[in-house]
Amino acid sequence: MELMELQPLIFEKSRPGTRAVRFPAFAGDGAGLDQAVPPALRRKSPAELPELSEIEVVRHFTRLSQLNFSVDTHFYPLGSCTMKYNPKINDRMAALPGFAQIHPYQPSATAQGALELLDELEHLLCEICGMDRFSLQPAAGAHGEFTGLLVIRAHLAAKGQLHRNKVLVPDSAHGTNPSSARQAGFEVITVPSLPSGQVDVGALERLAGPDTAALMLTNPNTLGVFEARIRDMASIVHRAGGLLYYDGANMNALLGLARPGDMGFDVVHLNLHKSFSTPHGGGGPGAGPVGVKAFLDPYLPVPRVKRVDGHLVWDHDRPQSIGRVRSFAGNFGILARAYTYIRAHGAAGMERNSRAAIVNANYLKSKVRGRYREAAPGPCMHEFVVVPDEAIAHGVKVADIAKRLLDYGFHSPTLSWPIRNCLMIEPTETESRDTLDRFADALLRIADEAAADPEKVRSAPHRLPVRRMDEVAAARNLDLRA
Amino acid sequence: MKVPDDLKYTATHEWVRVEGDVATVGITDHAQAELTDIVYLELPAPGRRVTAKSPVAAIESVKAASDIYAPVSGEIVEVNSALPTDPGAVNATPYQSWMFKIRMSDPGELEALQDSAAYRQATGH
Amino acid sequence: MDYVPSTDSELEAMLRETGAASYDDLVAAIPPDLRHPKLRLPAPMSEIELAREVSELAYRNTPPGQALSFLGAGAYEHFIPAAIDHLASRGEFYTAYTPYQAEASQGTLQVIYEFQTLMCALTGMEVSNASLYDGATAMAEAACLALNARPGRRVILAADTIHPEYMQVLRTHLSGWETEIRTFPSSAATFDAAALVKAADGSVAAVICQNPNFLGRIEDMARAADIAHAAGALFIAVVNPLSLGLLMAPGEYGADLAVGEGQPLGIPLSFGGPYLGFMTAKKELVHKMPGRLVGRTLDTCGAPGFCLTLQAREQHIRREKATSNICTNQGLMALRACIYLCLLGREGLREVAEYCAQGARFASDSIAQIPGFSLAHPGPVFNEFVVACPIAASRVCAELEDQGIFAGLALEPFGGAANHLLVCVTEAKSRPDIERYLKALAGLAHRAMGRQVGIDK
Repeated sequence: MELMELQPLIFEKSRPGTRAVRFPAFAGDGAGLDQAVPPALRRKSPAELPELSEIEVVRHFTRLSQLNFSVDTHFYPLGSCTMKYNPKINDRMAALPGFAQIHPYQPSATAQGALELLDELEHLLCEICGMDRFSLQPAAGAHGEFTGLLVIRAHLAAKGQLHRNKVLVPDSAHGTNPSSARQAGFEVITVPSLPSGQVDVGALERLAGPDTAALMLTNPNTLGVFEARIRDMASIVHRAGGLLYYDGANMNALLGLARPGDMGFDVVHLNLHKSFSTPHGGGGPGAGPVGVKAFLDPYLPVPRVKRVDGHLVWDHDRPQSIGRVRSFAGNFGILARAYTYIRAHGAAGMERNSRAAIVNANYLKSKVRGRYREAAPGPCMHEFVVVPDEAIAHGVKVADIAKRLLDYGFHSPTLSWPIRNCLMIEPTETESRDTLDRFADALLRIADEAAADPEKVRSAPHRLPVRRMDEVAAARNLDLRA
Repeated sequence: MKVPDDLKYTATHEWVRVEGDVATVGITDHAQAELTDIVYLELPAPGRRVTAKSPVAAIESVKAASDIYAPVSGEIVEVNSALPTDPGAVNATPYQSWMFKIRMSDPGELEALQDSAAYRQATGH
Repeated sequence: MDYVPSTDSELEAMLRETGAASYDDLVAAIPPDLRHPKLRLPAPMSEIELAREVSELAYRNTPPGQALSFLGAGAYEHFIPAAIDHLASRGEFYTAYTPYQAEASQGTLQVIYEFQTLMCALTGMEVSNASLYDGATAMAEAACLALNARPGRRVILAADTIHPEYMQVLRTHLSGWETEIRTFPSSAATFDAAALVKAADGSVAAVICQNPNFLGRIEDMARAADIAHAAGALFIAVVNPLSLGLLMAPGEYGADLAVGEGQPLGIPLSFGGPYLGFMTAKKELVHKMPGRLVGRTLDTCGAPGFCLTLQAREQHIRREKATSNICTNQGLMALRACIYLCLLGREGLREVAEYCAQGARFASDSIAQIPGFSLAHPGPVFNEFVVACPIAASRVCAELEDQGIFAGLALEPFGGAANHLLVCVTEAKSRPDIERYLKALAGLAHRAMGRQVGIDK
C-alpha cells in the first residue's frame, strides 16, 4: 500500500544547495552585516537544517500525515478525550486576516472585534456553565486546573485561611488533578470510590475538615457515571469551609443538559479542544478557560477585557489577581474557533449534542453487552468503561485488543484507566449509527478471535505500516534526535 | 516470587542486607515485577546524609515511576554505579542488584523493618 | 445548526434499542431540578449566517496590510510560506490526538522527532522536548526543572532585561513553591556582569538571561553562563529561535537549558496565541524535562519507528509526584515550526535572520538621524531597538496610528521611560515600508518642534 509507506527522515532527503523558500537581501545603505552584529556575537557554525526543494518538503509531510489515524479519517473513541468532529468553518473563521494576523499589543481601538469576541465568549461560557466570570487565559486543561487552584489559594490567603492546604481528589480523577494541586502548593488527599465507581460520600465526609481547601471533581466521573449525590458532596465540602472545583474534562455530557454552577461548583475549567470542538492537533494546542462564581472574580489572572465608555480595553490593574499565567492574552485562535462553534449551535444545538453523545454511548454499550463486562452497571452518560473478561481469560490483554482494533480501522479507546484492564469508550455525538455498529461488530469479532486464535490478537496490528514498537528499548537506549 | 530469609524488608518494598554498621539496599522481586521493565535509575551521591523513610533514589519503568526510600538513617557510603547503565539487571536479579549502602547512624531503626515472613505475608506470597 | 449526523428519529430508535424507556431514563442520575436549564444563548445559525456574523468581528480589527506595523516585543510579524498553512491544515495532523497508539500515529511521531532534531540543531543543545505552551511558560518550567535538578538551592536569579510578562508568569508559576525569585540589574540595557557575580551565590539554582533581551539588545550570554556555572547554578537561555540563524547558539556558550517562544517559526500572530514554547537541554537533564518526548526505536519485526518515551515522568503516571502538570504539547504549532525550518533550510534561515539584523540597523540608524529622536541604548541588536522620542511614546503611537502605522510599543506600561518606544523590524518590512515610517516620524518631529517653537514665542 503505497500511501502507508514509511518515510525516511527529512534529514536523509537533504541535498546540499537545494532550496525551497528564499528571502531577498535587505536593500540597505550598503552597510555590512558586521556593522549590525559583530562576528563575536554570531554563531560559529550554521544550524544544520536540511536542504530540500518545496515539492520534496510538501511530499514528505503529506506522506507523513497519511501514516496517522485522525477524526477526519477514522472513528476515534478515545475515552475522556472527546474526539468529536471539528467543523471546518471554525478554522476558516480563525484564519481570517482580522484574527490571524493581528498583534497582541496593537492598540485596542484597532482590535475591537477581537476583544468583542473574547468578551462575548466569556458571557457564553458563563451561561453554558452557570458561572459568573471566566478567564480565557489558560492554554490547556491542566493549565486551567493550575490557574483555578491558584485562584482558590488567593481567596484563602485573602481570608487568612492558608492553613487550608489540602485538596481532596477522588482516586478516579485525571492524573493532572493531583499534579496541578501539588504545583499550586497544596497537599493531595485521595478520596476512595465505591465499587459502583461513584465517590464514597461517607469517606468524603470523614476527610473534609478545617484543613480542606477544595474538592476537585469530574462529573460525570471517569467511569462515565453522573455523581448523583453531587448536592450532598457540595454541601459537605462547603460546610467544611472548602470550595468545589469542577474538572470539565467530561463537560461534553452536560452541554445544555445541566450546569456545574447550578450544582454548587465554585470554580470550573473547560477543555475547549474537547467539548467545544477545537482541533486536538496531534496533542495541542488546546485552551482551558476557568470560570468562577462572583466572589472569586478579583483573583482571576490578568489581563481581563473591560468595557470603558463603550470601548473594550485590556485591564491589567487588578491588585488581587493571581497574576499572569502565560504571555499575551490566551490562545486566541482556539478561542475564536470555540466561539464560532457555540454561535452555530445556540441552546437547542448544545442540548442536541449532549443528547446524541449520551444516546450514542448507551447504544454502543448495549451492543457489546454480554461480551464485555460493564465496570458501572446502569445507564452511562457520554462514555462508558468495560472490562474484556472473556479475552483476558484467553491470555489477551486490553493493549492487544487496542492494537487489533487498529487493524479493523478504528482508533483505540483509552486503556486501563480509571481501573485496571479496561477500555474507556467515548463515541461522541458526531458518529452515525452505522459507524457505531461497525465498531461494536469489530469488538465482538475480537472477542471471538481471542478465543479462537489468541495469538492473532496478541501480535496485532498486522495491517499498519509498523508492528508494535519496542517501548522498553526506546526508553533504555534513548534516541531523541537524528 | 523470591523473598530471601537473610534480608530485612520495608513496607515500601526495599530489601536491606546488614553487615556491621552498613546497610545495603535494593528493591524486592515483588517490586520489580510490579514496576515491569525498568528503564531508568537515579542514585544518590555518596556522602549524602539521609533519614529513614525519605526518598533517596528514583526508578522508572515503561509504565511506572517510583521513589526508593532510605530504610534507615545515615550516610550514603557507596552506590552501585554500574546499575544505571544496565537498569534491566534489577528485573533479572533484584537481590544482586543493590543500589546504595548506608552507614547507619541509628542501628536501632532496623527493629522497625520486616523479616521475610512478615514481608511475604504483606505481599501475599 | 449542529454536527450530529443522526436524525431525531434515528436517535429515537437507538434510544429504544438501549432498553431505556426515554431519554430522561438515561440521565436519571441528574437531579431533576438541575436538568435542562433554560440557556439564554443567541439563536443557532446556518453556516452562511455564521460566516457573516463572525467575519463582522474580524473586519473590525486592523491587520498588517491595512496598517504598517513595527510591533514586536515577543510576538513577531514574519512571512509565512504558503506550504505551511496547506500542510498543517491536513485533517490527518489536525484532527489526531496525542500519539499514544504509536502504530496509528507514526506521522505525528516522526514530525515531533524531526522537530526535536531541528530544535537541537538550531539551539546547539543535546535534547529537545515535544514543545510547551508558550515562551513564558517554557521559561517557568525551566526554572522548576532547575530547582529540581539543584536540590537545596531555592533561588532563581533572573536578569532585569527579561520580558516583563515572562517574569510575571514565572512569579505566578512558582507562587505555590518555597522559592525566591531575585533579579540582577542591568546597565545600558544589558545585564551588569559585576552585579551578577555578586548575586550568584550558593543558594542559586539557576541564572536566567534572555537574548536578544526585552529591549532588543544582544547580551553577553557566554559571560553570564560562566558566572552561573562558577556559582554551581544552571544557566537558562531564553532565546528567539529565528535569531539563531545569526546569533551565537545556546550550546555554543554552554547553556544548560535553552527555552523560548517558537512563534517566529511560521506561526501566525493571532492576537497572542496559540504559540509554541520550546525547551532544549543538556542530555543529563532529560529525565527531569517536562512535557512529551518522542524516541526512535524498532518494532517487533526490527523495522524502525517512533513512540512516546519516558512517559513515566509525566503527570498521568506520577500524579502528585510529577514535576510538571503539563499534559498537552502544542503539536500543531510544532508541526508548523518543523515545516518552516525545512522549507527555509540552513540558507533560508540565515537569509531571514540577516535581513532582520540589517533592516533593524538601517531603521535605527535612520531614526537616530531625525532631529529629536535618538537611540536609547545604542549597541548591537537583532530585530528590535528602543527609540527615545521627543514626545511621549504613547503620543507617537497615537499620531502614527492615524496614518495607518503602528509605531511600536510604548514602554512606559512596562516600566520604561515615558518617551521610550520599542521598534521592531523583520523581513516583513521592505525598505520602502521603513522609509514611509521614517517620513512619518520626521513629520511628527517637525510638528513637535514647531509646537515647541510656538511655545517659546
